[in-house]
Amino acid sequence: MSRLSTKSGRSLFALATTSALLAAHGALAQTAAPAAAAPPPMPAVPAEVPLNVHAIVMFVIFVAITLGITYWAAMRTKTATDFYAAGRGITGLQNGMAIAGDYMSAASFLGIAGLVYMNGFYGLIYSVGWLVGWPIILFLIAERLRNLGKYTFADVASFRLQQGPVRTMAAIGSLIVVIWYLIGQAVGAGQLLHTLVPQISYKVSIVIVGALIITYVTFGGMKATTWVQIIKAALLLGGATLMALGVLMHEGFSLEKLFADAVAAHPKGDLIMQSVVPIGAKANPIESISLGMTLMFGTAGLPHILMRFFTTTDAKAARKSVLYGTIFIGYFYCLTFIIGFGAIVLVANNPDYVADLSKSVLALKGGGSMPAVYLSHALGGDFFLGFIAAVAFATILAVVSGLTLAGASALSHDIYANVIKKGKATEAQEVFVSRACVIGLGIIAVLLGIAFEKQNVAYIVALTFSIAACTNFPILVLSVFWKGLTTRGAVIGGYTGIIGSITLLILGPTVWTKVMGMGPAIFPFDFPTLFVLPTVLVVSYLVSVTDKSAQADAERAAFDAQEIRSETGLGAEMAAEH
Amino acid sequence: MSLDTAKRILNNPAYRQLIHRRDSLAWILSICVLVLYFGFVLMVAFLPEVLTAKISEGSVIPFGMLVGFGVIVASIILTGIYVRRCNSTFDPMIEAIMKDASK
Repeated sequence: MSRLSTKSGRSLFALATTSALLAAHGALAQTAAPAAAAPPPMPAVPAEVPLNVHAIVMFVIFVAITLGITYWAAMRTKTATDFYAAGRGITGLQNGMAIAGDYMSAASFLGIAGLVYMNGFYGLIYSVGWLVGWPIILFLIAERLRNLGKYTFADVASFRLQQGPVRTMAAIGSLIVVIWYLIGQAVGAGQLLHTLVPQISYKVSIVIVGALIITYVTFGGMKATTWVQIIKAALLLGGATLMALGVLMHEGFSLEKLFADAVAAHPKGDLIMQSVVPIGAKANPIESISLGMTLMFGTAGLPHILMRFFTTTDAKAARKSVLYGTIFIGYFYCLTFIIGFGAIVLVANNPDYVADLSKSVLALKGGGSMPAVYLSHALGGDFFLGFIAAVAFATILAVVSGLTLAGASALSHDIYANVIKKGKATEAQEVFVSRACVIGLGIIAVLLGIAFEKQNVAYIVALTFSIAACTNFPILVLSVFWKGLTTRGAVIGGYTGIIGSITLLILGPTVWTKVMGMGPAIFPFDFPTLFVLPTVLVVSYLVSVTDKSAQADAERAAFDAQEIRSETGLGAEMAAEH
Repeated sequence: MSLDTAKRILNNPAYRQLIHRRDSLAWILSICVLVLYFGFVLMVAFLPEVLTAKISEGSVIPFGMLVGFGVIVASIILTGIYVRRCNSTFDPMIEAIMKDASK
C-alpha cells in the first residue's frame, strides 16, 4: 500500500484513447478534465518508490512466452500467405478470440471502466455501440470478405474496379486509421508502464513497446500476431472475470446492492443512474445519434479487424469466428460495467487511491484510466495489481502488433505490389517490403508516441472510427452489394469520406476549440458520421450512375462473376497446405 | 473458376433462389439490429426519462440498463441465429449446387 500512497498524485496516466472517450460527446465533464486537458509534465520519480516486482515478473513471463511463439511462428512463415494471413489456417474459435483481442484494447478495458467510474450508466452507451457493429460485420461483410480478398480489404473494394486508384484511396484510409490508432496506443503504453513502474521513463517504455512489436511482426508475421492476440485475450478475459467476481463477492452477489452502494459512494449520487450524456454535459440528441453511428459502422471498417477474416480456413470459419468474437466482447463489456461500478464502491473515497480527498473523492492519482487498476489492488493487493498491469500492457502490445501489420499490408500489398509494381512483384519482394514497412511503422509509432506525449489527443477515437465508418465501411458494402458502383464512384466517394471526416473533426469542438484554442467551434458536433456517411453514399451513387464510360460498363458487367465468388467461395483463396 | 461452371451456377434457378433467401435473412437480421440499436440511441436522444425511470419502486436500477444489456444480448442471439441457419440449411444447399455445376 505504501507504494501507492507515495506515488506522486500528479503522475500522468491519461491513456490517450481514454481521454478521447471522456472528452467525447461534445462535453468534457469537469471530472474528466484532468484526463483530457493538456497533461502536466511527468513528475520526477520519488527515490523511495519500490520496484513493482509482481508487475515486472509477470510482464517478463508474458514477453518470454510471446517471443517463444514468435520463434515458432517464424520457423513456419515461408510464403506471403503465411506472413499476411497466417497460412489461412486459423479456426473459427481461434479467430473469434483474436478479433475479440484486437477489439478489447486497453482503451476498452481501462477506458470504459473509467467512463463508468466517472459517469455510471453513460458508459453502457459506449459498450452497446461498440458491440452492435459485430452482427453487421457477420451479416454483410465477414464471409464475402473472406471469399473475395487475399490480404487486405482493398482487395475486396477493388475486386472488379481499377486497381490503382481504388487501392490508393483504400490504403490512405487504412493508414490514417492505423497511424492515429497507433499514436493512441503508444502514448497509452508509455504512460501505463511509466506509471506502474516509475523507474522506467516514458520514452524507454515506448521504445520497449516498439522493439517488441517489431520483433513479433517482422519475424512471426500474422501467425505470431494472431497467437499473441489469442493469449492476451484469454488473459484479459480471465483477469476481468476475476475482478468482476471479486466485486460481486464483496457485494454478496447482489447487483442491486452493488448499484445502491455505488450511488451512496459517488458524489453525484443517483445521477450516475440517469446519465444519458456525461454527467455535467447538456443533452444533445444529434450528437448522441452521430456517436451511435460512428461506433457501430466504424467497427465494421477497421482495417486491422477486417484483415483477420483472411486468416481463417474458409468463409464458414470466418462466419463462426464472428459469433465467438461477439460473445467474448459482449461478455467482456458486461464485466467492465461491473468493474466500473465496483471501482466507485471500492476505489472512490479511499485515501490510498484518491489524489486529494478535500478536492474530489473521485479524481485518482494517475488520472482517468486508473479505476480498474486500483480496483485490482483493492481486491487482491500488490499481486493482483501486478497481474492486471501486466495484462493491460500485454493488451497494448498485442493491439499495436495487429495495427502495425495492417498498416504494413496496406503499404506493401496495396501500394507497392499492386499500385507501383502493378501486380508484378514477386512474393519474396512483397514480403520483404512488408517487413521493411513493419520496421518503418514501428519506428514511426515510437517517434510519434514520444512527440505526442504531452499533446491533447482527445480526438483519436472520433478520428479513427469516423474515417472507418465514413470511408472503409460504405465503399466495402457498395462494392460487394451494388452492381452499379464504378471506379469513379468508389474513389470520389472514398475521398469524400476521408476529407469530409477530417475537415469536420478539425472544425469541431474537440480540435478547433480545445486543441487549437480557436474559440467556438464552426461545426458544433464531435462526431461527423451522421453528416458524412450519407453524403458519401449519395456522392458514390451519383458519380457512379453518371459514369457512362466503357470501362464503367465493364466494371458493372464484372459484378456477376464477383457475386458468385462472394456468395459461394468458388475461386476463393484456399488454406495453405502444411 | 471456369467460365462454364460460373455460367451453369448462374443459370441454376436453385442458386438464385438460395442466394435470395440467404441475403434476405442477412438483411432482415441487419435491420433488426439497426432497429434495436437505433431504438436505444433515439431513446437516449429524445426519451431519456424513459431510460432513467427505475425498474421498480425502491430499486436504484434504471430501466435503461435493462434496455442496454438487452440490446447486447439480442445482438449475440441474432448472430447465433444467422450462424445456425447458414450451417444447417444454406451450406449443404450451396455445396449441392456447386457439386452439380462442376460435374
